[in-house]
Amino acid sequence: MTTDIKFADERLKLSPFHDRQAALNLRDSWSVWNGYKFAEYYYDSEYEYFCVRNTCGTYDICPMQKYLIEGDAAEAMLNRMVTRDITKLKENRVTYVCWCTNEGRMIDDGTIFKLGPKKFMLTCGSPSLAWLRKANFGFDAVEIKDVTDTLAALSFQGPTTFSVLKEMGLEGIEDLKPFQIGYYDFAGTELMISRTGFTGDLGYELWIENDNALELWDTLYEIGENYGIQPYGEAATNMARLEAGFIMPYMEFNEALKTVHYQHDQTPFELNLGWLVDFNKPLFNGRKALLLDKKNGPKYTLTKLDIEGNKPAEGSYIYGDKKCSLEIGYVTSAMWSPAVKANIAMAMIKTEHLHGEIWAEIYYEKELRQYDKVARCSIKEKPFWAPTRARMTPPEHY
Amino acid sequence: MQHFDTIIIGGGHNGLVCANYLGKAGQKVLLIEASKKLGGLAATREFYPGFRASVAHAINQFPEKIVLDLNLTKFGYKQSSRSMKNIGLDLEGNHVFVTQDGLSGVSDKEVRQYDLYIASLKRFAKALQPFWMKKMPAISGNTIAEILTFIQIGLKLKLLGKKDMRELLRVVSLPARDLMDENFDSDLLKATLSWDALVGSTQAPRSPNNSILTLLYRMAGNHHGHYMLPEGGVQSLIDALTDAAKSVGVEIRCDSPVKKISIKADKNGVKAEGVILDGGEEIRGDRVISALDPKQTFINLVGAEHLEIEFLNRINRLRTDGYVAKLHLALSDIPSFTGIETLDDRFIIAPTMDTIEFAWDDAKYGQCPENPVIEIVIPSLNNPALSPEGGHVLSANIMYIPYRKKGGWSEESKAHLVKKLLNTLNQYSPGLSEKVIHAELLTPVDLEKDWRVTGGHWHHTELALDQMLMMRPTYEAAQYQTPVDDLYICGAGCHPGGGLMGAAGFNAAKVILT
Repeated sequence: MTTDIKFADERLKLSPFHDRQAALNLRDSWSVWNGYKFAEYYYDSEYEYFCVRNTCGTYDICPMQKYLIEGDAAEAMLNRMVTRDITKLKENRVTYVCWCTNEGRMIDDGTIFKLGPKKFMLTCGSPSLAWLRKANFGFDAVEIKDVTDTLAALSFQGPTTFSVLKEMGLEGIEDLKPFQIGYYDFAGTELMISRTGFTGDLGYELWIENDNALELWDTLYEIGENYGIQPYGEAATNMARLEAGFIMPYMEFNEALKTVHYQHDQTPFELNLGWLVDFNKPLFNGRKALLLDKKNGPKYTLTKLDIEGNKPAEGSYIYGDKKCSLEIGYVTSAMWSPAVKANIAMAMIKTEHLHGEIWAEIYYEKELRQYDKVARCSIKEKPFWAPTRARMTPPEHY
Repeated sequence: MQHFDTIIIGGGHNGLVCANYLGKAGQKVLLIEASKKLGGLAATREFYPGFRASVAHAINQFPEKIVLDLNLTKFGYKQSSRSMKNIGLDLEGNHVFVTQDGLSGVSDKEVRQYDLYIASLKRFAKALQPFWMKKMPAISGNTIAEILTFIQIGLKLKLLGKKDMRELLRVVSLPARDLMDENFDSDLLKATLSWDALVGSTQAPRSPNNSILTLLYRMAGNHHGHYMLPEGGVQSLIDALTDAAKSVGVEIRCDSPVKKISIKADKNGVKAEGVILDGGEEIRGDRVISALDPKQTFINLVGAEHLEIEFLNRINRLRTDGYVAKLHLALSDIPSFTGIETLDDRFIIAPTMDTIEFAWDDAKYGQCPENPVIEIVIPSLNNPALSPEGGHVLSANIMYIPYRKKGGWSEESKAHLVKKLLNTLNQYSPGLSEKVIHAELLTPVDLEKDWRVTGGHWHHTELALDQMLMMRPTYEAAQYQTPVDDLYICGAGCHPGGGLMGAAGFNAAKVILT
C-alpha cells in the first residue's frame, strides 16, 4: 500500500471482489465488517432478499475471519476449545460450533471445516487469533494461520445457485451434500466449495485465492445473469438468517470476551444451542460451568416467536400477560417475513415463563404518529424457513 | 498392575510430610521420586568426592506440630535449641550480629530500636501464624468452614488492636527499604535485616509488593525466623520423615521419573487414575497427589487436553523464574572471617541495601550482578560427616542470579561467576581461595535440570502477593484439589509456599482426610 495516501492506515480494507461490488452498489451504501468496506445493501435490501429466496445472490464473506489450524494436535486443540465433539467430523465436512469461556459463556460461534486428517479451517465473525493462541497453549506442533486477507470467500445463496454452478461446468457439483466440501477445477486453479450458508436455503460458499477472485466473480455473473443473480448486503442477510433461525452477534448474543457486565453474555443453553454441547466429551472449555447451567436450567431461553398481526416487534418487551404487568423477556430480532408470510421474531424469554402466555408490546409509527399494540405470541420450535430444496442432493435444476 | 489408595509424585519434604499423614491414617501410599534420593532440594548429596551438601542448607520454619504428630524425634530428628546468628559481614570487621536476643555491633540507639521493631514483627508473625497450616478458603467458597476461616482471619487481625492492625496492613506490602529506613541508620544492619524478606524472590529492597509479608512468613518457626541446623544436618529431617513414612507403611520408589499422570477421560469428565513412569510402567491409585511445581504438574504431567484454557494459561503465567544460585565449596581447611570467632552461624555479604538493589538491577536485565550478594553457612561444622577429616563445606546462596541469563548459561559463564564469587568471598575471608579444593555452582538452570523444578525456583512459584494465600498457585487449585478429579497438589507452589516447612504437604493431607 502506498503511504502517500492520507490516513492510509485508517482506511477500510477493500475485499478482492470490491471493484465489481462497487460498480453494482447503486446506493453507495457501505458498512464495515472487521475493517473491510462491506455493503449494507446494493440497491434495495428487500429486493436483494427476494433474490436470495427466489433466484440467487452473492454475499461477500471475505471479511469473515478464517484460520487454518494444522498439526498433529490440531484436532485435540480444537476439540478442547469447542463444545461439540469434532472427533466425529469426517474429512471434507463442515460443522457448526460454538466456544465458551470456562464460565460457560459463549465467546463466538462459527464453522469448522475438516480439510485433512490434521488440517482444519475455523471461520467466525470476529477476530479470534488471541483466543486461539490461548487455546493452543500446551499443544505442540499446531500451526495457526490467519488466512482472512488471502483467501477470498463468497457466499452464493438461493434456489438457482446449483444451476449456475452446474452450468459453470463444475464436475460433480450435483453430488455435493449439505455441509460437504468439494474441490473443483476452475480457471486453472482449485476452487473449494462448501455447501453451507447463512440463509437456510440452498446455497454454497466459494473459497478461492485472492488472485482468482475477480475471475470467479465474472464467471458467476456471466452465467448467473439468466438465473437472477444479484449481490446482497448485510441487511438482506439479516432478514434471511432470521427466517432460518440463525443467531447474530450483537443481536442474539454478546461475545463473552467483550462484555463488561457479569452475565451480559449468554450460555449456549440460553441461546437454545444445547444441541451443540456434547457432555459425552470428557473435557471442553466451560464443561463444568455448562453442566451446572444445564442442571439449574438457563435463566433465559432464546425463543422463536410467531406474533399476531403484521407489525414487526423490533425492540419489544415480552410479557406474560396481556396487561403487560409481568415482564418476562425482550425481543432480539424481529421482522415481517415475506417468505413465511408471518410476523416473526426471536426473543430472550425467562425460561420459567415459557409455558405460559406470551405477549409482545409493539411500538410502531404511522406517518409520524406513534402507536402501540399488544400482540399474542406463539412459540415456534422449528426454523421459520426450512425448504426441502435446501437439503436435496442433487438439488433441483432451474 | 499395582493399586494404591494414593500415589504421591515427588519425594521432597512436602511429599514426605503428606505421605506420612496419609500413611498414618491407614492409606496405602506410594511415594515416587524421580532422582535416586528423597528430599528434593533438601537432599544432601556428594558434590565432590568426600564432600556433601544440600541446596537448602538450614531450617527455620519447620513446624513443631509436624515434628510431634509424626514423632520425628523418635526417628532421629534432633532440633537444635541453638539458633544461628545472622551476621552482616563488614570488610573492616565491624560486623553486625543479629541474634534471637537482639543486636550487637551497632549503636545503642539501634539496639533499642531493634527491640521495638522485632517485637512488633513478632506480634504480626504470631497473628498470621494460624493461616500457614490451614487450607485457604476459596474466594467463591461459601461453605461454613470457608466462611469461618474468613472470619478467623478478620478476627485475628482485629485482635491485634487498632494500632497494630493499622501497622500490619501498612507494612505487609511495604518495600523492605522503607521499613528499614524508618527504623535504622546503619546501612549494614538494614541490608542484613532485609535479607530474609528478599532472598528467593524477584524483589529487591525498593520493590513494592510483599517482601515484609515474606519476612513474616519466614518468622513462623520456633526461632522467629532464625535458622538452625538439627543434629545430622538438614538430611536428618529428610531421613526422619523417610523412616517415619516407612513405619506407617508408605512404599517408596526412587529413581522413577513420572512421564504422565494417567487420566481417565469419559462422559463423567476427567479424573486421575494413576501414573505412567518414564519406562512405560503404569501404576494405579484412587488419587494422585503431585508435590511437583504447578507448571510441571499441569502443563507436563496432565497436559492441555485435560484442562480448561483459562486455567492452564493462568498456570503458565505464574512467575517461576529462580534468581538464587547455589555455591558449594569443598575446603581443605576451616575458613576464617576477619573478626569472627565462631563460624556456625549465617553470614550475609551485603554491605548496603543499594548493593542488593544494584545486584537485582543487573539480574533483571539478564546479567549476573557486578557485586553479588551472598548468604553463607558452613554446615560441616554442625555435621562433620559432610566432609573428610579436616575439610569443610561452605554453602552459599547467591542473589540475584538470573534463570534467563542473557546469552544463556555455559561452563564458561559459570566459571566466570565462580571466579567473581571467590574474589568477593576472599575479601571477607582472606586466604579462602587457597583452601578451595572444588567449587560447584548451581545456577537456577542447573536446579531446574537436576532437581526438576521449573525455573529453578526454590518456592516453585514466586512468593508474591498475587500468587499467595487463596491465589496460590491460582484459583481452582488453591485448596489442594485441582480441576482434575482425584488429582491434588501439595508442593511449594501451594499455600503457604516454600521453605523447609511442610505445611503444604500437611494441608493437602488434611483436605484429603476430611
